[in-house]
Amino acid sequence: MIRKTMTSLAALAVAVLAPAAVAQATGAAQTSGWGLLNMTEGVTEISRRIYDLHMLIFWVCVVIGIVVFGAMFWSIVKFRKSTGSVPDTKMVHNTKVEIIWTFVPVVILVAMAVPAANTLIEIEDTRDTGLTIKVTGFQWGWQYEYLDSGVRFFSRLDRDSDAARRLESGVDVTKIPHYLLNVDNPVVVPAGVKVRLLVTASDVIHAWWVPAFGMKKDAIPGFINEMWFEVDPDKTGIYRGQCAELCGRDHAFMPIVADVRSKADFDAWLKAKAAEQKPAEQAPPEAPAETPPAEQPSAEPTAADPAAEAPVLSARS
Amino acid sequence: MAHEHATSAAHDDHDHKPHGWRRWVYATNHKDIGTMYLVFACTMFFIGGGMALGIRAELWKPGLQLVDPGLFNELTTMHALIMIFGAVMPAWTGFANWLIPMQVGAPDMALPRLNNFSFWILPFAFTILIGSMFVPGGGPAGGWTLYPPLSLQAGDSFPMTIFAIHLMGASSIMGAINVIVTIMNMRAPGMVMLRMPLFVWSWLITAYLLIAVMPVLAGAVTMLLTDHFFGTTFFTAAGGGDPVMFQHIFWFFGHPEVYILILPAFGIVSEVIPAFSRKPIFGYETMVYAIASIAFLSFIVWAHHMFTVGMPLAGQLFFMLATMLIAVPTGVKVFNWTATMWRGSLSFEPPMLFALAFLFLFTIGGFSGLMLAIVPADFQYHDTYFVVAHFHYVLVPGAIFAIMAGVYYWLPKWTGHMYNLKLGTLHFWLSAIFVNVLFFPQHFLGLAGMPRRIPDYAVQFTDWNMVSTIGAFGFGFSQLILVWIVWQAARGGERARARAWEGAHGLEWELPSPPPYHSWETPPSPGVIARGAEH
Repeated sequence: MIRKTMTSLAALAVAVLAPAAVAQATGAAQTSGWGLLNMTEGVTEISRRIYDLHMLIFWVCVVIGIVVFGAMFWSIVKFRKSTGSVPDTKMVHNTKVEIIWTFVPVVILVAMAVPAANTLIEIEDTRDTGLTIKVTGFQWGWQYEYLDSGVRFFSRLDRDSDAARRLESGVDVTKIPHYLLNVDNPVVVPAGVKVRLLVTASDVIHAWWVPAFGMKKDAIPGFINEMWFEVDPDKTGIYRGQCAELCGRDHAFMPIVADVRSKADFDAWLKAKAAEQKPAEQAPPEAPAETPPAEQPSAEPTAADPAAEAPVLSARS
Repeated sequence: MAHEHATSAAHDDHDHKPHGWRRWVYATNHKDIGTMYLVFACTMFFIGGGMALGIRAELWKPGLQLVDPGLFNELTTMHALIMIFGAVMPAWTGFANWLIPMQVGAPDMALPRLNNFSFWILPFAFTILIGSMFVPGGGPAGGWTLYPPLSLQAGDSFPMTIFAIHLMGASSIMGAINVIVTIMNMRAPGMVMLRMPLFVWSWLITAYLLIAVMPVLAGAVTMLLTDHFFGTTFFTAAGGGDPVMFQHIFWFFGHPEVYILILPAFGIVSEVIPAFSRKPIFGYETMVYAIASIAFLSFIVWAHHMFTVGMPLAGQLFFMLATMLIAVPTGVKVFNWTATMWRGSLSFEPPMLFALAFLFLFTIGGFSGLMLAIVPADFQYHDTYFVVAHFHYVLVPGAIFAIMAGVYYWLPKWTGHMYNLKLGTLHFWLSAIFVNVLFFPQHFLGLAGMPRRIPDYAVQFTDWNMVSTIGAFGFGFSQLILVWIVWQAARGGERARARAWEGAHGLEWELPSPPPYHSWETPPSPGVIARGAEH
């Protein structure tokens, strides 16, 4: 009976894994959620190296798993009392075998630690950055400050998602474009430039994460963390992420949207934005960063709209 | 010399136990206290499980349908605190109470009144903890890790949570002291350390871990308390403190804590697999050394829980390498269990089924743990559902399945009745299938970018969340079968033999089923010990 059940289990495993394998092989378009099975390669050199490390260790685990689970299955199938197997009660110790299975894993681990350490060293190299943006997390949104040009703005969940996410809102959230992954003012960054983020927070700990950029960093009140990314020059578009550290009741509702533009487009945007914010400098003192204005003036509705329409990873001409 | 206690307990077979409620409230008997621990753990398992079902029900589809985000955060926080401190840890102490005196040839635990105290603290601690959900401001909602500054934003529940944690810690330390004193002083003559069953070994090492780290947790939460009420700024940057320091202190407790949850599981699996392979455990001494190495390593890997806080490169490298090293002794244990089955004579009663599922599924949890150790990859995995999948694989089909294996293994000994094996097998298959339906898709969700601890999610995550929720309800309701089986066995049924399982070895199987009230009133003879110690 157990053997029968195991066969059916194996069939089940194949049924579950086969579509997964197909989706992997074809890189199927993710129209439904079923194909979302693995990490994305992302759009930076670092994110691809992280993806490669992830796949390397995944396959190492698969190979070890085949050997170990194979031995377990073999024991279960072969050495059954019901088929008359007689226990070998003298088999209690074998120094040679035990030394082998202690040191072989050590070798495998060292082999994995080397590329991991190399990648880590590269990630931690924050020299020679071309642009610095200060990112401040607050309950519940983000503030971005372009330190060299003085441009600064808040970025919060877009109004459609915000209305739909209320308990018993009666809105079909599947009809909202990029539900919970859209903001009023995306952070605009240039492609092909090493962008440094100085990440901090004004109240509790948050974490800034855009999966396609491969990095995640905690935003800690009173401290400044550094991280950087450099999007491939040809990978302009909209990339989305979320706060990754529990930060209170609206933790799920402070997404991150990065609008990656070509260097020239970015420079033009920054210039326009700086000019637009100039008059504000003469106005009465701005609210301090710690207390974001209750009603964020929608400074540029036109900038938010394309973000809402643009599909993920759409190329910007 | 170490056995004076044993002789003082040697009177006739009448056990003179009080009856009615006094038997339980005034309990000093290791079996009664063990039973209370197990019943308490089971109750908490269902309360914490009910909260998990609330979480999974809300996550059935995007949009908020059932709970508001604040209550959702309370549910995730309380689910973790209740399952860790209320279900798994008391279950292990229950096993320790029931088994350690029988397995080392002692009449009872060394410190019976301390034993009573350490149990009876728990109902009060959890009344306070669960009660905190009903005070102004709601229950703790900052996650079980209580990271400041978020945890300091709690309302009136805050001091209640801290006080409840202090009580749980005190209870655990008392339980641990009792285990160590019993093992060190109450072993029968001839029961030398390297003859002790592996369950006893695993608990001895666990007890030292508890004594080492529970005070650290107490210190950390006390600093939170003074930050909140007395104007200290241990964890507030504005006053010269550091929120990350809390994380370091917390995880210095927290990582040994996860081994406190899993080492006794190793012990139980090391008892069950040889029994149903009809073959001694392979590499007994290596198993002991492996547990000890894991316990040692658990003290030097804590920061792998916090790779994204911004540590120096050298620190990240150190914690990555130390963490990867844990795979070596853990691998040795898995290989030894497999070698124990190799050329054995296997049969598949419920304890063995659960132990086998443990072997397979805990190993999957180990693989994802190894992946999480790789720092650059962890920058992607951290705080996603991949982590949720990982630690549930090591804690549910890991710790909880080992508890199931232990219950099914010793239930005939405890109650004196054989239980319904068919029903137990059904319980196993339902649990084993649904636990994978529940947790395996969470790997996909995490890799696809779903953060943990969110009540609502982007629509592309819907499909696998639905699968996971189906698994959760299937798994949760399957556990009612266990309660029915235990209830039936406690009430009656076919009488169990002293050695309820053909391949079972160990001193507890030399006692009748159920065992006498004071387990070994006279120490077992060296011959009995030698027969029991054929591990």
